[in-house]
Amino acid sequence: MRIALRDAGAEVRLFRTRALIGLLLMILALALVAARFFYLQVVQHREFVGRADSNRIKLQPIAPTRGRILDRAGVVLAENRSSYRLQIEREEIRDLPDTLERLGRLIELTADELAAFKRLSGATRRFIAVPLKFDLSETDIARFALDRHLFPGVEVAPYDVRYYPLGAEMAHVLGYVGRIDERDLGALDAGQYAGSSHVGKLGLEQRYESLLHGKVGFTQVEVNAQGRVLRTLSKRAPIRGADLHLSIDAELQREAIRAFGDVTGALVALDPRTGEVLCLVSVPGYDPNPFVNGISRLDYAKLINSVERPLFNRALRGVYEPGSTIKPFIGLGGLDLGLRTPDYRIYSSGVFRLPGRPERYRDWKRSGHGSVDLTQALAQSVNTYFYQLAFDMGIDRIHLWLAQFGFGAITGVDVGNEVTGLLPSREWKLRARKQPWFPGETVITGIGQGFLTATPIQLAVATATLANGGVKRQPHVLRAINEQAVVLAPAAGSIVSNQEHLNLVITGMKAVVHDPKGSARQLGIGIPYLMAAKTGTAQVYTRKANTEYDEKRTALALRNNALFIAFAPAEQPRIALAVIVEHGSSGSKAAGPIAKQVLDFYLKRNP
Amino acid sequence: MKDDAYRRLEFIERIWRRATANPRMDWLLLALIHLAFGFGLVVLYSAANLHGLDQQVLDPVIKQSLRFALGLLILLVVARTPPQFLRAWSPWLYALSLGLLLAVTAFGEGKGAHRWLDLGILRFQPSELMKLGLPMMLAWYLHARSLPPNFKDLCVCAVLIALPFFLIAEQPDLGTALLVAVSGVFVVYLAGLSWRWILALSASSLALLPVLWQFMHEYQRNRVRVLIDPQADPLGTGWNIIQSKIAVGSGGWFGKGWLKGTQSGLDFLPEHHTDFIGAVLAEEFGFVGICALLIIYLVIIARGLKIASDARDSYSRLLAGSIAMTFFVYVAVNGGMISGMLPVVGVPLPMVSYGGTALVTLMASFGILLSIHAHRKSRKGR
Repeated sequence: MRIALRDAGAEVRLFRTRALIGLLLMILALALVAARFFYLQVVQHREFVGRADSNRIKLQPIAPTRGRILDRAGVVLAENRSSYRLQIEREEIRDLPDTLERLGRLIELTADELAAFKRLSGATRRFIAVPLKFDLSETDIARFALDRHLFPGVEVAPYDVRYYPLGAEMAHVLGYVGRIDERDLGALDAGQYAGSSHVGKLGLEQRYESLLHGKVGFTQVEVNAQGRVLRTLSKRAPIRGADLHLSIDAELQREAIRAFGDVTGALVALDPRTGEVLCLVSVPGYDPNPFVNGISRLDYAKLINSVERPLFNRALRGVYEPGSTIKPFIGLGGLDLGLRTPDYRIYSSGVFRLPGRPERYRDWKRSGHGSVDLTQALAQSVNTYFYQLAFDMGIDRIHLWLAQFGFGAITGVDVGNEVTGLLPSREWKLRARKQPWFPGETVITGIGQGFLTATPIQLAVATATLANGGVKRQPHVLRAINEQAVVLAPAAGSIVSNQEHLNLVITGMKAVVHDPKGSARQLGIGIPYLMAAKTGTAQVYTRKANTEYDEKRTALALRNNALFIAFAPAEQPRIALAVIVEHGSSGSKAAGPIAKQVLDFYLKRNP
Repeated sequence: MKDDAYRRLEFIERIWRRATANPRMDWLLLALIHLAFGFGLVVLYSAANLHGLDQQVLDPVIKQSLRFALGLLILLVVARTPPQFLRAWSPWLYALSLGLLLAVTAFGEGKGAHRWLDLGILRFQPSELMKLGLPMMLAWYLHARSLPPNFKDLCVCAVLIALPFFLIAEQPDLGTALLVAVSGVFVVYLAGLSWRWILALSASSLALLPVLWQFMHEYQRNRVRVLIDPQADPLGTGWNIIQSKIAVGSGGWFGKGWLKGTQSGLDFLPEHHTDFIGAVLAEEFGFVGICALLIIYLVIIARGLKIASDARDSYSRLLAGSIAMTFFVYVAVNGGMISGMLPVVGVPLPMVSYGGTALVTLMASFGILLSIHAHRKSRKGR
């Protein structure tokens, strides 16, 4: 009966009002949804297109081919050798342990290789190939090729390895490349190195990294959400790195190393006219090839612990007392500063004393050399002449003079990683030793002892400066980039004010070899060209300003270093060099023959 | 044997003829349903087509078409069923749905959430049944009462809504629970719930939001959090929202073109053939495509309300009105979700998203609309 009471018309009207209001609200809501789509699709369209593209478009780097390094004759010193590696795309493989087991029966897989593979696999997507074994041998490749159909998902792929064909001979010049590690990451341009695994770590490889590396290339690919590459959109080829042509003569380098035999030391030879480094030797060397892909801990320990220190670059980082090889420079200073005339003579009694001082400074010849002028003082290496001269110059003038030849500063040779040696001064001593300079220290500086130290390359540069009319040239190894010759830094003027002064010193240096009294006269026997040289012998351990020359201790010899500087032909020098033989005892006997062998070889090859 | 098969064919033919021979069929609504579904299939084909992968792209399209055919059959059967018959069955359907929900709470299965009931041959989501069961029950309850409903009736309605809501929310499927509850609330609204009550209820539900937050699971809370700041968890919960917005936004005015969407084709967009298929549509057909679909939906909703207001009795009116408005909620919630306005809830885009149960329920509800339309008041009055 309740139904009868209902007002059907009112209920319908009520419903229709409600439905109409509802419809309006719903239209409003849908308009709001549409407005939201409008905002995203029209207003913010550009931004979202960018985000969609950055989702799907990835850049895949293509590493450039590293430039080669060649010697001045075109002999390849560093190249990229194609090698092959075994790699596995896990997605293609149903039973990985089984595949690895069967592979292991075909090709030897070490525990290290398997562990590295497992580690890399964990961090790589399944459809990206993971390397399993590097540097496959010809037999491995052939054996795998036969059974290839049994190993879907396993492939042999080529890759480039840096290779140094001359091995240890060039290690101290070239350095080596190594795998990019965390320390490199900060310094490298991440974009340029995106596809690269190696970077120059030492030597020229490090110094000219930017030239050798080249420019990275890219393929622009479309990837899906899982990172799988679906297609290539565009490609920019990489630009290979520049080939570096060096001034080094690989044959000369080999000859120099051969001349050293089994002694340790260093030799640097320059073309004095240009500053080109003809050879840069530090023996013993080491084979840089194992460093490329990471030397084993054991092999590295062997190198590090070797008493001969093969990793130590003596030519650039070895600091030695120059000993008597400093005398030509001191002598030239005496002339050029007006302290000595060409015919100035001094009497050598075997002992030198400063007035009013008790210390005695000795000549190497107990009885003395008698009355000598500068040429004879150089030929016979008369200490007394240079004791007096050094004392007359004073340490301040010595410091300024020797600095002009490059002592006490790095030469800036482009192999890099040099040390400065030590060119002492009053300020230096006050700063470093908190002591004033003593006159006795000036005296022994005159014969290249005391605080004064130099690297072989410094000595070579200073010698080349003598050979080049007092004009110092910047030493350098890089001769041409691709076929483009490197422009030399302009040379400064001559250090000496009068070439006659230089000629007199050279006369003295020629006498070292060619005079019957010369300290290296045995080298002059049957020599077809004129050589200018100076021998040197320097104490190894006595660095103190020990003014007392203790013959006994020298005789007991913590054997002295042997030094030798020379250039030839003396009238028109084409090569200047400095040699140091560690613990060689005598400059003329140990270092001289090495220098001569190198000069002979070079002048015969370059008549 | 041959005879048997022939007889079966004849039976199907008879149903078909009875269903289509109806002179009072609403051809407009039927056409709109086909239009929306057809558009959906086109998008589905593209959504299933992942670039660079070999796959049966037609597979989901065929499957979905078969489901649609099944849905169409159900639609036609329901459309031939008089509303009085539906009304008589309403309490039983509600009771059955409620019972199944209880069963699902006890023995249900599903990934993470208990939503499915495995009936041996058929895995079945009772909450789907409740989407029809609740509005039918409320319409049945209210049609015998004088409208607007009095306080006692409102209390009964509240209980009828609350029971399934909590059971479904418990599964946990807060999204569906809210949708089911909303379909019930619409019935009460259309029945004439006074504006004061509506205001009071809206205010109190707003006030209860923090309480709801307390009862939400952590994954649900995260979905709300990433809505405010998708970058908070860009590779996790925020991924869907971010990728969907990128798909939508990169579509522009006219879209990238059919099969040319990169967000879906390259698999950046998750759930791209189910809940997020609207983003595929937006990416490939642009703002114009989205507006076209929204207009189709709007016409369906308007048509539903028209059918409701022309209905013969109170039951039909309330039920049809609720069905039309609930349909709107699906559209609005899914649209809000893919455009990053609403949190990610499992609400499909009606007629377009891939999936069987939702489609069948939807087709059944359209069947109800058609049935109500067929039995509408004549223009000349009773």
